[in-house]
Order: sequence, then C-alpha cells, then structure tokens
Amino acid sequence: MEKEFNTFKNVIRLPHKYAAGPTYTKFYNGLKESKILGTRCPSCAVTFVPARSFCPKCMKNLDTWVEVAQEGEVQTWTYAGKDFFGIPGKAPVVIVLVKLDGTEGSFLHLIGGINLESADTVKKALRKGTRVKAVWNEEKKGHMLDIKYFAPLSKKR
Amino acid sequence: MEMKHEDYYILEDQVSIPYENAYGLTWTRFFEGLKSEKIFGSRCGKCNRVLVPMRSYCPRCFIEIDDTIEVSQEGAIVAWVLTEYEYFGMPTKPPFIGALIRLDGTDCEFVHLVGGIDLSNPDQVRKTVKNGMKVRAVWKEEKKGHILDIKYFEPVK
Amino acid sequence: MGRPVAILGSGQTVHGRRFDVSYPELVKEAVDAVFETTGISPADIDGVVFGTMPSMMEGVALTHFYFADVLRSVGKPILKTETCGSTGVSLAITGYYWIASGMADLVLVVGSEKMHEGDAQATMTTVLEPFYQRFFISGAPGVFSMQSQGWTVRFGIPEDKIRAAATKLSIDHHHDAFDNPYAHIKKRLTEDEVNNARIITYPVRLWDVCPTSDGACAMLFASEKAAKKLGKKVAWVKGVGYSGDEYWFGDSDKAEWQCAISASRQAYEMAGIKNPRKELDVAEVYNPFTFQELLFYECFGFCGFGEACDLTLKGVFGRDGELPISPSGGVLCTNPIGATGLNRVAEAALQVTGQAGAHQIPGAKTSLAHAMGGVVQFNGVMILGSEK
Repeated sequence: MEKEFNTFKNVIRLPHKYAAGPTYTKFYNGLKESKILGTRCPSCAVTFVPARSFCPKCMKNLDTWVEVAQEGEVQTWTYAGKDFFGIPGKAPVVIVLVKLDGTEGSFLHLIGGINLESADTVKKALRKGTRVKAVWNEEKKGHMLDIKYFAPLSKKR
Repeated sequence: MEMKHEDYYILEDQVSIPYENAYGLTWTRFFEGLKSEKIFGSRCGKCNRVLVPMRSYCPRCFIEIDDTIEVSQEGAIVAWVLTEYEYFGMPTKPPFIGALIRLDGTDCEFVHLVGGIDLSNPDQVRKTVKNGMKVRAVWKEEKKGHILDIKYFEPVK
Repeated sequence: MGRPVAILGSGQTVHGRRFDVSYPELVKEAVDAVFETTGISPADIDGVVFGTMPSMMEGVALTHFYFADVLRSVGKPILKTETCGSTGVSLAITGYYWIASGMADLVLVVGSEKMHEGDAQATMTTVLEPFYQRFFISGAPGVFSMQSQGWTVRFGIPEDKIRAAATKLSIDHHHDAFDNPYAHIKKRLTEDEVNNARIITYPVRLWDVCPTSDGACAMLFASEKAAKKLGKKVAWVKGVGYSGDEYWFGDSDKAEWQCAISASRQAYEMAGIKNPRKELDVAEVYNPFTFQELLFYECFGFCGFGEACDLTLKGVFGRDGELPISPSGGVLCTNPIGATGLNRVAEAALQVTGQAGAHQIPGAKTSLAHAMGGVVQFNGVMILGSEK
C-alpha cells in the first residue's frame, strides 16, 4: 500500500551493563591469554564451551575447568551479505558453528581468512567437516572477538 | 585463585534500535493542526464526549468517530507534578511540570507541560501552581507538527 | 470456577545489586530454591510461566528463551506473561488459570528483573507511545506522583497530613525490611531524614520511592491432587481479579481508580469477602511509592475515600494494627520489577502457611497480594487462604 500519512522517525537507545558473573569472567580471562576454556560436567562427562556454570541436562554446578582445542570441524555456516542497522561488525560475514575437538555441542563464531566476496566464493572454501583453527587478534580485551575468526586449515591432517 | 565479586566482568553496551511509527489518518490531521496553532479533538456520536487529542474511535463506545472539532486552548489543571531528576535519554529535560489539563469543553485530560513560571524553587512552585488553576497554550515560533509545537501551558493572569 | 489451586512454595533470591552473578544464574537461584524448599522434582512439572517487566530492561529480548535451561523448561510448554509492573501478579494468575483449567497439575511460575543491568526509567519511557505522552511523563515517579497529587487535592487532604502519613509508611516499611531476609534496603530512618530527603518528583522525596533491585522469584502452583501428594501445608488461591483502564492517561479517573477498585472487587467476590479490613489478616500491597500506597488502601476498600492518611497515622495498617500492610517491607524496600508482584504472592503465601519467619503476622489465615502496572493502567489482586 502506498504511504499516505505522516510517520515519526526515532531511535530508541538504552544503555546496559551486563554482569558476566564468575564463570564468564574466567572464560574471558582465558581469551586474554589466547586460551579457550570449557567446563566439564562430572555427571554426564560433557565439556561445554564457552564455559558454563551449570550443566543444562544434569543441573549440576560445574567447576571442572579444561582448556579445549582451538581446532575443530565446521558443523554448519551461513553467509550474511547485507548490512543492517546495528549489525555487530560489518557485512559480509560468515557465521559458523564449530565443533571444537573434544567438546560437545558447537561453538558459535565467525569464519575468516577466505574470500568473502559472495556465498559462492565461501562455498568453495567451506563445507560441513572442514577443519578450522582459531585466529587471534593481537590486542586482547577479554571479549568474544579476541578470537578474530576461525580460518580453514590449509590441508587435512 | 579465588576471584572476588569486584573482579567479575561487566560488559557495557548500548542497544540502539531505529523506528518509523505511522501516525495514520487521524493523528496526521491532529499534528497538522498543531502546525497552524489549532488543537483538534473528536466528539463521539454516542456518548457525546469530546476527546483530545483526536481519536479514530471512542474507547468506551467502540464506534468510529469522524466529528472533528477545534477545542479551546484554555483549560484547568487537574493534577501536576514537578520533575527534578534526570535519566538516560530523557525526552524532556528537568526541571519541568507535567500536568493533566482539562481543556474547556472537553471530557478528558490532556497531558502536557505547565511553564512560564520560575521552577527553581519547589516550595515556590507549590504556592504558584494549584489544581483548578486556569492555563493557556503557548506556541513555539517554529512548528513541526509535533506535540511540543505547544511549548507549554502558562497560567492565565 | 475451575479446580481448586494450591501454592506449594516459593523461592526468592537475595536482592540488591547482584553483579556477582550473570542474569541466568540469578534466575537459577530462585528456581533451585523453590524445588529445594518443596522437595518437588523438576521432572514433574507440566509447564513453566515466566515474565519480566519489559525484556529490554536488561538489553536481551525474550529472556524466557535465554533462561530456558535454568527454568527447567526444555521439552515443556512455556508461557510468557508481561504486564509491566503488574507482571508478577499476572504470572501468578496465569499459573492459576493453567491449573484451574485442568490442563496441568504442577506449574513453575517465575518472575525476574536485573535492573542494575539497564536504565529503568529510560526503559519505562518506552512504555509510552512516541507521539504524545512520552514527552511529559518522567518515568514511573512522574506518573505515580501526578496520580497521587490529583487524589490528595480531590479529597481535600492537607499537604502536611499526607506528608506525615507517607513518612510513617516510609519509616515503618524500611524498618520492617530488617525482618525479611530477602529485602534489599533495610534502614532505620528518622522523620527529619524522610521529610528533608532529596526531591524526586515534587512532593515525592527519595525515601518515598522504591529502589531498583536485582532479583528473581519462583513459585509452584498445583492441583489439589498434587498438593495432597506433597503432604505439607500449602496456601490456596481463594480469589483472583485483574482489571485495566483505557490506554490514555487522561481518559479515566486515576484518583477513584476504577481498575484498582474492580480488580479488588472481583477477587473479593470470588473469595466471598465482604469487609476486607476485617476479613483479611494481612495484605501485600504493591507500594513502590508511599503516596500511592495510601490511595490503594481506599481503592481496595480498606477504608473510605479520604480516610487512609488518618487511619495510617493511627496505626490501623501497621504491623500490630487491624490490617497489617506489607510486613515484608514491601516494594518500597525491594523492587526487581518483573519479580516484584510475584514476591507479593510469595509473601502472602508464606503468611497463611505460617512460614514468614520474623515478619509473620500471628495466626494469619487470609491474605491479599497485589501489583499494579502500566502508565497507571492495570491492577491485579490475588487472595490466598490457609484452607481450601
């Protein structure tokens, strides 16, 4: 339908301070030292990454810390080619779920180090099972993006 | 090493989301009216109440209203509050008086500001502003079709 | 009328600035507590009801998804209820409906807010539409102060009298909070401190206003069958009422506040209450502002219009009075908004089961829980009893 009447444009801004709590604080401190930390459930023996304070299945509090592998396998990925208001980072980005070696579930992050020009160029470099490795930023802030991205390993091991 | 609460991380962030809100026909007319220093209301054909700002339907009789009338720019204060504190993104800067004003000939309260008086001393304000007091709309020079085209309502001397 | 509904127990977190835990961990504290207190297994719940004020208070939309793990809701139906300040009582009413309808026997009801993670008044401003009212209403204090101001003038209450009554409420509630292990602000105040505190929205001063709190509350609602199986003392829901006004602030009378009057009358009628001041043993009134608390006494029929200040000053509504109001210290001392109304229900349930500890009203058999929300638009009331 054609727009007939006036509209009112405005931006709502809200400031936030999120409490990381002890578990995420320790996880972020690990990132500062280029380590990816997980917690292991003593009951079901699953290792969660990022580290969690409790096991969502057994509801046990977790305090067994392990440094996990920085390599893993691509489970699934998608290509976001278009910018939208407030997108963290800048398009194009490839979002990926990586199963880090020795862990359960998938680690959500970005793919880099490949040609991101289009979904087709990404497709050539990425598929389920592609081995990838964490690439770190020089400067660490204790932030999820201290890991710059995961890059495909040049050849299979 | 055991961390202390003060050492836990806090992630600071701002959520910022853009909106484009549609006025629709009725409020486009109302806000266009403000541009020409007119306050428009609507008369319900069933309960005969005059409601301001304009409505497309009566919230009690649930019938459509298309009887637009220009209402008085004078009225009486029904309730008021002097705001002294400020918060993030506050749309109107304190100190200010928000008030419920019954415009002459209408049947609901119009929410707006009371101004044109010294707001620096709350005790003085209390002596000046009274419920039932007559007030009159004061217009801004430049009109934008915005509720604040009416600068405030000032006491009628 | 549906099946009888029981409340098996509650779990409240310690309130305050809770930056020692992340938000899901805070909610987990309350959920773990209710399962531990009642001995119920999370596996036995049929569904979960969750709510906050507006989700964006903490910058995460749809927090019930964020909390799916800690709410033990995986593989179960989950409902979100969100009615601004009245969220907590709406949550309880949603849990009540679910059990009363016969569609569930055991429901977990949880409310939470972590207000220090956001800016409460900035978030609440977005409750108002952007065209008109948003520019004139200075967050919650502005709305409620204006309402109280109109009320005092309507009933000709002298300013020094309402100030004195409000000061008494502030002193008493902040003192009562010492007896509530979960309360946020506990303070011994003098009349001078209250009367001369910083003005927030004239004539409302700092100690007339609730704090911003981080906290969560979890409760278990159950059918008669599930309650019997538990074999412990439970609270019974005797009446519920919920009522709202038109959206626009100026469209309806906020002094003789219709939705507060009708929410309470719906609940009284269902519970068979004719004279609330005599028949209720204790009431947890939603009292984020002392001035507004007085208005509620009148709308709920605890006294006639224009009488609340005099009776308050006489001590009728104090801890040892005829109808004690908010012996927990109430919202004035602890306000994690999405949990606050549910805290009222939890406190009302503790009272009628004799488990309120140091702030127990001796022998309480019938209690009222209340919450209010929106731009003075909604009220919800629940009546609890010790007997079915």
